[in-house]
Amino acid sequence: MGLLGPSGSGKTTILRSIVGVQAIQAGTITVLGKPAGSKDLRKRIGYFTQDASIYTDLTCLENLRYFAQILGESEISVQEVLELVDLTKNRKQLASSLSGGERARLALATALLGKPELLILDEPTVGLDPVLRRDLWNLFHRLADQGKTLLISSHVMDEADRCDTLFLLREGRVLASGTPHDLKAQAHTHEMESVFISLVEKK
Amino acid sequence: MNFRRIWATARRILSQLRHDPRTIALMILAPCLLMTILKYVYQNQPQVFQHVAADLLGIFPMLVMFLITSVGTLRERTSGTLERLLILPITKFEFILGYAKAFGIAALIQAVVVSSIALGPLGLKIAGSQLMLIVVAIIDALLGMAIGIFVSSFAKTEFQAVQFLPAILFPQLLLSGLLVPRGSMPGILRIISDYLPLTYAVDATQKVVAGHGSLTRDFLVLALFLFALLAAGAVTLKRKTK
Repeated sequence: MGLLGPSGSGKTTILRSIVGVQAIQAGTITVLGKPAGSKDLRKRIGYFTQDASIYTDLTCLENLRYFAQILGESEISVQEVLELVDLTKNRKQLASSLSGGERARLALATALLGKPELLILDEPTVGLDPVLRRDLWNLFHRLADQGKTLLISSHVMDEADRCDTLFLLREGRVLASGTPHDLKAQAHTHEMESVFISLVEKK
Repeated sequence: MNFRRIWATARRILSQLRHDPRTIALMILAPCLLMTILKYVYQNQPQVFQHVAADLLGIFPMLVMFLITSVGTLRERTSGTLERLLILPITKFEFILGYAKAFGIAALIQAVVVSSIALGPLGLKIAGSQLMLIVVAIIDALLGMAIGIFVSSFAKTEFQAVQFLPAILFPQLLLSGLLVPRGSMPGILRIISDYLPLTYAVDATQKVVAGHGSLTRDFLVLALFLFALLAAGAVTLKRKTK
Protein backbone atom coordinates (compact mmCIF):
# COMPACT_ATOMS: atom_id res chain seq x y z
CA MET A 1 0.00 0.00 0.00
CA GLY A 2 1.31 3.40 -0.85
CA LEU A 3 0.66 6.66 0.91
CA LEU A 4 1.34 9.46 -1.52
CA GLY A 5 1.23 13.16 -1.04
CA PRO A 6 3.34 16.30 -0.92
CA SER A 7 5.32 17.08 2.20
CA GLY A 8 3.05 18.38 4.94
CA SER A 9 0.10 16.31 3.73
CA GLY A 10 0.04 14.17 6.87
CA LYS A 11 1.80 10.99 5.73
CA THR A 12 4.17 10.76 8.68
CA THR A 13 1.40 11.60 11.15
CA ILE A 14 -0.77 8.78 9.81
CA LEU A 15 2.10 6.30 9.89
CA ARG A 16 3.10 7.36 13.41
CA SER A 17 -0.50 6.95 14.54
CA ILE A 18 -0.59 3.42 13.17
CA VAL A 19 2.71 2.56 14.87
CA GLY A 20 1.26 4.04 18.05
CA VAL A 21 3.80 6.76 18.79
CA GLN A 22 1.56 9.68 17.87
CA ALA A 23 -0.73 11.05 20.54
CA ILE A 24 -4.02 11.23 18.66
CA GLN A 25 -6.81 13.64 19.52
CA ALA A 26 -9.85 11.65 18.50
CA GLY A 27 -10.85 8.31 17.02
CA THR A 28 -9.43 4.82 17.33
CA ILE A 29 -6.96 2.88 15.23
CA THR A 30 -6.95 -0.89 15.04
CA VAL A 31 -3.82 -2.60 13.78
CA LEU A 32 -3.76 -6.38 13.16
CA GLY A 33 -6.86 -6.64 15.33
CA LYS A 34 -5.40 -4.71 18.28
CA PRO A 35 -5.53 -1.05 19.26
CA ALA A 36 -2.55 0.84 17.80
CA GLY A 37 0.42 0.91 20.12
CA SER A 38 -0.63 -2.10 22.19
CA LYS A 39 1.99 -4.33 23.69
CA ASP A 40 1.18 -7.40 21.60
CA LEU A 41 2.00 -5.49 18.43
CA ARG A 42 5.58 -4.65 19.35
CA LYS A 43 7.11 -7.69 17.71
CA ARG A 44 4.74 -7.67 14.76
CA ILE A 45 5.41 -4.22 13.32
CA GLY A 46 8.60 -3.02 11.68
CA TYR A 47 8.96 0.75 11.54
CA PHE A 48 11.30 2.81 9.41
CA THR A 49 11.44 6.51 10.23
CA GLN A 50 12.47 9.28 7.90
CA ASP A 51 15.31 10.48 10.08
CA ALA A 52 16.93 7.02 10.12
CA SER A 53 16.84 6.51 13.88
CA ILE A 54 19.99 4.53 14.41
CA TYR A 55 22.96 5.01 16.73
CA THR A 56 25.46 6.92 14.64
CA ASP A 57 28.26 6.20 17.13
CA LEU A 58 27.92 2.44 16.64
CA THR A 59 28.87 0.25 13.70
CA CYS A 60 26.21 -1.30 11.46
CA LEU A 61 26.71 -4.64 13.11
CA GLU A 62 26.48 -3.21 16.64
CA ASN A 63 23.30 -1.36 15.76
CA LEU A 64 21.64 -4.46 14.34
CA ARG A 65 22.88 -6.70 17.14
CA TYR A 66 21.38 -4.39 19.73
CA PHE A 67 17.97 -4.25 18.08
CA ALA A 68 18.12 -8.02 17.49
CA GLN A 69 18.83 -8.66 21.17
CA ILE A 70 15.92 -6.46 22.19
CA LEU A 71 13.69 -8.49 19.87
CA GLY A 72 15.19 -11.79 20.99
CA GLU A 73 16.49 -12.52 17.49
CA SER A 74 19.56 -14.56 16.66
CA GLU A 75 22.87 -13.55 15.08
CA ILE A 76 21.74 -15.30 11.88
CA SER A 77 18.88 -12.86 11.42
CA VAL A 78 21.37 -10.00 11.77
CA GLN A 79 23.42 -11.41 8.89
CA GLU A 80 20.24 -11.98 6.89
CA VAL A 81 19.00 -8.40 7.07
CA LEU A 82 22.51 -7.07 6.41
CA GLU A 83 22.48 -9.04 3.19
CA LEU A 84 18.94 -7.97 2.29
CA VAL A 85 19.91 -4.30 2.34
CA ASP A 86 23.34 -4.98 0.85
CA LEU A 87 25.40 -3.65 3.75
CA THR A 88 27.45 -6.77 4.50
CA LYS A 89 30.66 -5.13 3.32
CA ASN A 90 29.98 -2.05 5.49
CA ARG A 91 29.09 -4.03 8.59
CA LYS A 92 32.10 -2.87 10.62
CA GLN A 93 31.75 0.76 9.57
CA LEU A 94 30.51 3.38 12.02
CA ALA A 95 27.02 4.53 11.10
CA SER A 96 28.18 8.16 11.25
CA SER A 97 30.57 7.52 8.37
CA LEU A 98 27.88 5.96 6.15
CA SER A 99 26.34 7.91 3.29
CA GLY A 100 22.74 9.06 3.60
CA GLY A 101 21.53 6.18 1.48
CA GLU A 102 23.52 3.61 3.44
CA ARG A 103 22.17 5.01 6.68
CA ALA A 104 18.63 4.68 5.39
CA ARG A 105 19.33 1.07 4.44
CA LEU A 106 20.71 0.36 7.89
CA ALA A 107 17.56 1.78 9.45
CA LEU A 108 15.52 -0.33 7.04
CA ALA A 109 17.48 -3.39 8.13
CA THR A 110 16.56 -2.73 11.76
CA ALA A 111 12.91 -2.54 10.70
CA LEU A 112 13.20 -5.90 8.95
CA LEU A 113 14.60 -7.68 12.02
CA GLY A 114 12.25 -10.20 13.55
CA LYS A 115 10.30 -10.69 10.31
CA PRO A 116 7.40 -8.39 11.22
CA GLU A 117 4.02 -8.99 9.54
CA LEU A 118 3.45 -5.31 9.01
CA LEU A 119 6.16 -3.00 7.74
CA ILE A 120 5.59 0.71 8.04
CA LEU A 121 8.13 2.56 5.95
CA ASP A 122 8.19 6.33 5.96
CA GLU A 123 9.81 7.48 2.71
CA PRO A 124 12.32 4.64 2.58
CA THR A 125 13.68 5.47 -0.87
CA VAL A 126 14.32 9.21 -0.56
CA GLY A 127 17.70 10.19 -1.92
CA LEU A 128 18.72 6.71 -3.01
CA ASP A 129 20.34 6.07 -6.35
CA PRO A 130 17.96 4.65 -8.97
CA VAL A 131 19.55 1.19 -9.06
CA LEU A 132 19.26 0.84 -5.33
CA ARG A 133 15.74 2.17 -5.38
CA ARG A 134 14.79 -0.50 -7.88
CA ASP A 135 16.46 -3.18 -5.74
CA LEU A 136 14.59 -2.03 -2.67
CA TRP A 137 11.26 -2.04 -4.48
CA ASN A 138 12.03 -5.57 -5.64
CA LEU A 139 12.68 -6.47 -2.02
CA PHE A 140 9.40 -4.86 -0.97
CA HIS A 141 7.54 -6.90 -3.59
CA ARG A 142 9.24 -10.10 -2.45
CA LEU A 143 8.17 -9.37 1.11
CA ALA A 144 4.63 -8.63 -0.03
CA ASP A 145 4.59 -11.92 -1.95
CA GLN A 146 5.55 -13.67 1.31
CA GLY A 147 2.29 -12.38 2.73
CA LYS A 148 3.57 -9.33 4.57
CA THR A 149 1.78 -6.02 4.50
CA LEU A 150 3.86 -2.99 3.58
CA LEU A 151 2.66 0.52 4.09
CA ILE A 152 5.03 2.87 2.31
CA SER A 153 4.90 6.62 2.08
CA SER A 154 6.46 8.70 -0.64
CA HIS A 155 6.19 12.14 -2.14
CA VAL A 156 7.62 10.95 -5.44
CA MET A 157 4.66 10.35 -7.70
CA ASP A 158 6.43 7.92 -10.01
CA GLU A 159 6.80 5.48 -7.12
CA ALA A 160 3.03 5.15 -7.04
CA ASP A 161 3.02 2.67 -9.90
CA ARG A 162 4.95 0.19 -7.80
CA CYS A 163 2.19 -0.08 -5.18
CA ASP A 164 -0.86 -2.36 -5.30
CA THR A 165 -3.14 0.08 -3.53
CA LEU A 166 -2.71 3.83 -3.29
CA PHE A 167 -3.93 6.55 -1.02
CA LEU A 168 -3.44 10.08 -2.31
CA LEU A 169 -3.13 12.61 0.48
CA ARG A 170 -3.24 16.39 0.65
CA GLU A 171 -3.54 18.67 3.68
CA GLY A 172 -4.44 15.81 5.99
CA ARG A 173 -7.24 14.37 3.85
CA VAL A 174 -7.41 11.39 1.54
CA LEU A 175 -8.10 12.73 -1.97
CA ALA A 176 -8.60 9.34 -3.54
CA SER A 177 -7.71 5.69 -3.14
CA GLY A 178 -7.54 2.67 -5.40
CA THR A 179 -5.12 0.82 -7.64
CA PRO A 180 -2.76 3.00 -9.69
CA HIS A 181 -4.47 1.67 -12.81
CA ASP A 182 -7.98 2.64 -11.70
CA LEU A 183 -6.93 6.07 -10.48
CA LYS A 184 -5.33 6.85 -13.81
CA ALA A 185 -8.32 5.52 -15.74
CA GLN A 186 -10.67 7.72 -13.72
CA ALA A 187 -8.58 10.81 -14.47
CA HIS A 188 -8.05 9.81 -18.14
CA THR A 189 -4.30 10.08 -17.91
CA HIS A 190 -1.19 7.94 -17.87
CA GLU A 191 0.69 9.85 -15.21
CA MET A 192 0.16 9.82 -11.49
CA GLU A 193 1.24 13.47 -11.30
CA SER A 194 -1.72 14.44 -13.52
CA VAL A 195 -4.08 12.30 -11.44
CA PHE A 196 -3.06 14.27 -8.42
CA ILE A 197 -3.41 17.64 -10.12
CA SER A 198 -6.82 16.84 -11.56
CA LEU A 199 -8.04 15.69 -8.15
CA VAL A 200 -6.86 18.89 -6.51
CA GLU A 201 -8.37 21.10 -9.19
CA LYS A 202 -11.70 19.29 -9.05
CA LYS A 203 -12.10 20.34 -5.41
CA MET B 1 11.91 -7.62 33.81
CA ASN B 2 14.17 -9.18 31.23
CA PHE B 3 17.90 -9.31 31.97
CA ARG B 4 18.86 -9.99 28.37
CA ARG B 5 17.41 -6.66 27.29
CA ILE B 6 18.97 -4.79 30.22
CA TRP B 7 22.37 -6.28 29.41
CA ALA B 8 21.97 -5.59 25.71
CA THR B 9 21.21 -1.95 26.48
CA ALA B 10 24.17 -1.65 28.86
CA ARG B 11 26.46 -3.26 26.31
CA ARG B 12 25.21 -0.94 23.60
CA ILE B 13 25.91 2.15 25.75
CA LEU B 14 29.38 0.88 26.65
CA SER B 15 30.09 0.22 22.94
CA GLN B 16 29.08 3.81 22.20
CA LEU B 17 31.55 4.97 24.85
CA ARG B 18 34.23 2.68 23.45
CA HIS B 19 33.92 4.36 20.07
CA ASP B 20 34.50 7.69 21.80
CA PRO B 21 37.97 7.38 23.36
CA ARG B 22 38.20 11.09 23.97
CA THR B 23 35.23 11.00 26.31
CA ILE B 24 36.71 8.03 28.17
CA ALA B 25 40.02 9.85 28.51
CA LEU B 26 38.28 12.96 29.83
CA MET B 27 36.19 10.91 32.26
CA ILE B 28 39.27 9.29 33.77
CA LEU B 29 42.01 11.86 33.33
CA ALA B 30 40.17 15.08 34.21
CA PRO B 31 39.44 14.03 37.84
CA CYS B 32 43.02 12.79 38.22
CA LEU B 33 44.33 16.11 36.97
CA LEU B 34 42.03 18.05 39.30
CA MET B 35 43.15 15.95 42.26
CA THR B 36 46.77 16.63 41.43
CA ILE B 37 46.18 20.36 41.10
CA LEU B 38 44.31 20.31 44.40
CA LYS B 39 47.23 18.59 46.07
CA TYR B 40 49.64 21.36 45.05
CA VAL B 41 47.20 24.21 45.61
CA TYR B 42 47.02 23.14 49.26
CA GLN B 43 50.71 22.30 49.52
CA ASN B 44 51.03 24.49 52.60
CA GLN B 45 47.76 23.31 54.14
CA PRO B 46 47.88 19.52 53.75
CA GLN B 47 45.02 19.05 56.22
CA VAL B 48 42.70 20.99 53.87
CA PHE B 49 43.68 18.70 51.00
CA GLN B 50 42.87 15.68 53.18
CA HIS B 51 39.46 17.14 53.88
CA VAL B 52 38.49 18.29 50.38
CA ALA B 53 40.04 15.57 48.23
CA ALA B 54 38.11 12.71 49.79
CA ASP B 55 34.81 14.55 49.41
CA LEU B 56 35.60 15.24 45.80
CA LEU B 57 36.22 11.55 45.14
CA GLY B 58 32.48 11.06 45.51
CA ILE B 59 31.49 14.24 43.69
CA PHE B 60 33.48 13.75 40.47
CA PRO B 61 31.68 10.60 39.32
CA MET B 62 28.36 12.25 40.12
CA LEU B 63 29.10 15.35 38.02
CA VAL B 64 30.52 13.38 35.12
CA MET B 65 27.71 10.83 35.01
CA PHE B 66 25.12 13.58 35.32
CA LEU B 67 26.54 15.37 32.28
CA ILE B 68 26.98 12.26 30.17
CA THR B 69 23.55 10.83 30.85
CA SER B 70 21.63 14.07 30.54
CA VAL B 71 23.19 14.76 27.14
CA GLY B 72 23.07 11.09 26.16
CA THR B 73 19.39 10.53 26.91
CA LEU B 74 18.53 13.89 25.38
CA ARG B 75 20.25 12.68 22.22
CA GLU B 76 18.18 9.49 22.33
CA ARG B 77 15.04 11.53 22.71
CA THR B 78 15.79 13.96 19.89
CA SER B 79 17.40 11.55 17.40
CA GLY B 80 14.38 9.26 17.45
CA THR B 81 16.26 6.20 18.71
CA LEU B 82 14.31 6.24 21.96
CA GLU B 83 10.99 6.31 20.14
CA ARG B 84 12.28 3.59 17.86
CA LEU B 85 13.25 1.45 20.87
CA LEU B 86 10.06 1.92 22.83
CA ILE B 87 7.94 0.43 20.06
CA LEU B 88 9.99 -2.75 20.48
CA PRO B 89 9.50 -5.18 23.34
CA ILE B 90 11.66 -3.31 25.88
CA THR B 91 10.12 -1.68 28.94
CA LYS B 92 11.05 1.81 30.07
CA PHE B 93 12.45 0.45 33.30
CA GLU B 94 14.62 -2.08 31.46
CA PHE B 95 15.93 0.80 29.37
CA ILE B 96 16.76 2.85 32.48
CA LEU B 97 18.36 -0.12 34.21
CA GLY B 98 20.48 -0.66 31.10
CA TYR B 99 21.74 2.89 31.55
CA ALA B 100 22.32 2.30 35.26
CA LYS B 101 24.32 -0.83 34.58
CA ALA B 102 26.50 0.76 31.89
CA PHE B 103 27.27 3.87 33.89
CA GLY B 104 27.69 1.86 37.08
CA ILE B 105 30.51 0.01 35.33
CA ALA B 106 31.98 3.25 33.95
CA ALA B 107 31.79 4.80 37.44
CA LEU B 108 33.51 1.76 38.95
CA ILE B 109 36.47 2.15 36.60
CA GLN B 110 36.64 5.90 37.20
CA ALA B 111 36.39 5.54 40.99
CA VAL B 112 39.07 2.84 41.13
CA VAL B 113 41.54 4.85 39.02
CA VAL B 114 40.95 8.20 40.71
CA SER B 115 40.94 6.86 44.26
CA SER B 116 44.09 4.80 43.58
CA ILE B 117 45.90 7.94 42.49
CA ALA B 118 44.56 10.02 45.37
CA LEU B 119 45.28 7.38 48.01
CA GLY B 120 48.58 6.38 46.41
CA PRO B 121 50.95 9.00 44.98
CA LEU B 122 48.95 12.00 46.22
CA GLY B 123 49.07 10.75 49.78
CA LEU B 124 45.41 11.04 50.73
CA LYS B 125 44.73 9.23 54.00
CA ILE B 126 41.35 7.91 55.03
CA ALA B 127 40.52 6.15 58.25
CA GLY B 128 37.78 3.98 56.72
CA SER B 129 38.12 1.35 54.00
CA GLN B 130 39.08 2.19 50.44
CA LEU B 131 36.54 -0.31 49.19
CA MET B 132 33.78 1.58 50.99
CA LEU B 133 34.95 4.80 49.41
CA ILE B 134 34.60 3.22 45.96
CA VAL B 135 31.13 1.89 46.86
CA VAL B 136 30.06 5.40 47.89
CA ALA B 137 31.54 6.83 44.67
CA ILE B 138 29.50 4.35 42.60
CA ILE B 139 26.30 5.19 44.45
CA ASP B 140 27.05 8.88 43.87
CA ALA B 141 27.62 8.19 40.19
CA LEU B 142 24.31 6.35 39.89
CA LEU B 143 22.59 9.21 41.65
CA GLY B 144 24.13 11.67 39.18
CA MET B 145 22.98 9.43 36.34
CA ALA B 146 19.42 9.18 37.66
CA ILE B 147 19.18 12.96 38.07
CA GLY B 148 20.63 13.33 34.58
CA ILE B 149 18.02 11.09 32.93
CA PHE B 150 15.25 12.79 34.83
CA VAL B 151 16.22 16.38 34.07
CA SER B 152 17.00 15.65 30.42
CA SER B 153 13.25 15.47 29.83
CA PHE B 154 13.02 19.14 30.76
CA ALA B 155 15.66 20.12 28.23
CA LYS B 156 15.01 20.65 24.55
CA THR B 157 18.60 21.19 23.52
CA GLU B 158 22.01 20.06 24.69
CA PHE B 159 22.75 23.66 25.68
CA GLN B 160 19.87 23.53 28.14
CA ALA B 161 20.80 20.07 29.41
CA VAL B 162 24.32 21.20 30.31
CA GLN B 163 22.94 24.25 32.15
CA PHE B 164 21.14 21.95 34.56
CA LEU B 165 24.51 21.23 36.14
CA PRO B 166 24.78 24.68 37.76
CA ALA B 167 21.01 24.86 38.20
CA ILE B 168 20.37 21.49 39.86
CA LEU B 169 23.63 20.11 41.21
CA PHE B 170 25.53 23.20 42.35
CA PRO B 171 22.91 24.37 44.88
CA GLN B 172 22.97 20.85 46.32
CA LEU B 173 26.75 20.93 46.48
CA LEU B 174 26.68 24.25 48.37
CA LEU B 175 24.16 22.91 50.86
CA SER B 176 25.59 19.40 51.22
CA GLY B 177 28.09 20.22 53.93
CA LEU B 178 30.99 19.99 51.53
CA LEU B 179 32.08 23.60 51.99
CA VAL B 180 30.61 24.46 55.37
CA PRO B 181 29.57 21.91 58.00
CA ARG B 182 25.79 21.71 57.95
CA GLY B 183 25.67 22.41 61.66
CA SER B 184 26.88 25.96 61.11
CA MET B 185 24.36 26.79 58.37
CA PRO B 186 21.29 28.95 59.02
CA GLY B 187 18.38 26.79 60.17
CA ILE B 188 16.30 27.10 57.03
CA LEU B 189 19.18 26.05 54.77
CA ARG B 190 19.93 23.09 57.00
CA ILE B 191 16.31 21.97 56.79
CA ILE B 192 16.38 22.24 52.99
CA SER B 193 19.60 20.26 52.88
CA ASP B 194 17.89 17.48 54.85
CA TYR B 195 15.79 16.81 51.76
CA LEU B 196 18.57 16.82 49.16
CA PRO B 197 20.24 13.57 48.08
CA LEU B 198 23.71 15.05 47.79
CA THR B 199 23.73 15.80 51.52
CA TYR B 200 23.65 12.08 52.25
CA ALA B 201 26.26 11.33 49.61
CA VAL B 202 28.68 13.80 51.16
CA ASP B 203 27.79 12.60 54.66
CA ALA B 204 28.59 9.00 53.67
CA THR B 205 31.94 10.05 52.20
CA GLN B 206 32.86 12.01 55.31
CA LYS B 207 32.03 9.03 57.52
CA VAL B 208 34.23 6.75 55.43
CA VAL B 209 37.04 9.30 55.67
CA ALA B 210 36.62 9.62 59.43
CA GLY B 211 36.38 5.86 59.77
CA HIS B 212 33.44 5.94 62.16
CA GLY B 213 29.70 6.50 62.05
CA SER B 214 27.05 4.20 60.65
CA LEU B 215 26.46 4.35 56.90
CA THR B 216 23.11 2.54 57.09
CA ARG B 217 20.93 5.63 57.16
CA ASP B 218 22.89 7.36 54.35
CA PHE B 219 22.72 4.29 52.15
CA LEU B 220 19.03 3.82 52.84
CA VAL B 221 18.18 7.42 51.99
CA LEU B 222 20.39 7.33 48.90
CA ALA B 223 18.81 4.07 47.73
CA LEU B 224 15.39 5.64 48.16
CA PHE B 225 16.35 8.73 46.17
CA LEU B 226 17.96 6.56 43.53
CA PHE B 227 14.88 4.40 43.11
CA ALA B 228 12.52 7.39 43.09
CA LEU B 229 14.63 9.25 40.53
CA LEU B 230 15.01 6.21 38.29
CA ALA B 231 11.25 5.66 38.42
CA ALA B 232 10.65 9.35 37.70
CA GLY B 233 13.13 9.06 34.82
CA ALA B 234 11.22 6.07 33.44
CA VAL B 235 7.97 8.04 33.60
CA THR B 236 9.52 10.84 31.54
CA LEU B 237 10.27 8.44 28.69
CA LYS B 238 7.24 8.90 26.53
CA ARG B 239 6.00 6.30 24.07
CA LYS B 240 3.60 8.73 22.47
CA THR B 241 4.42 12.27 21.48
CA LYS B 242 2.63 14.97 19.59
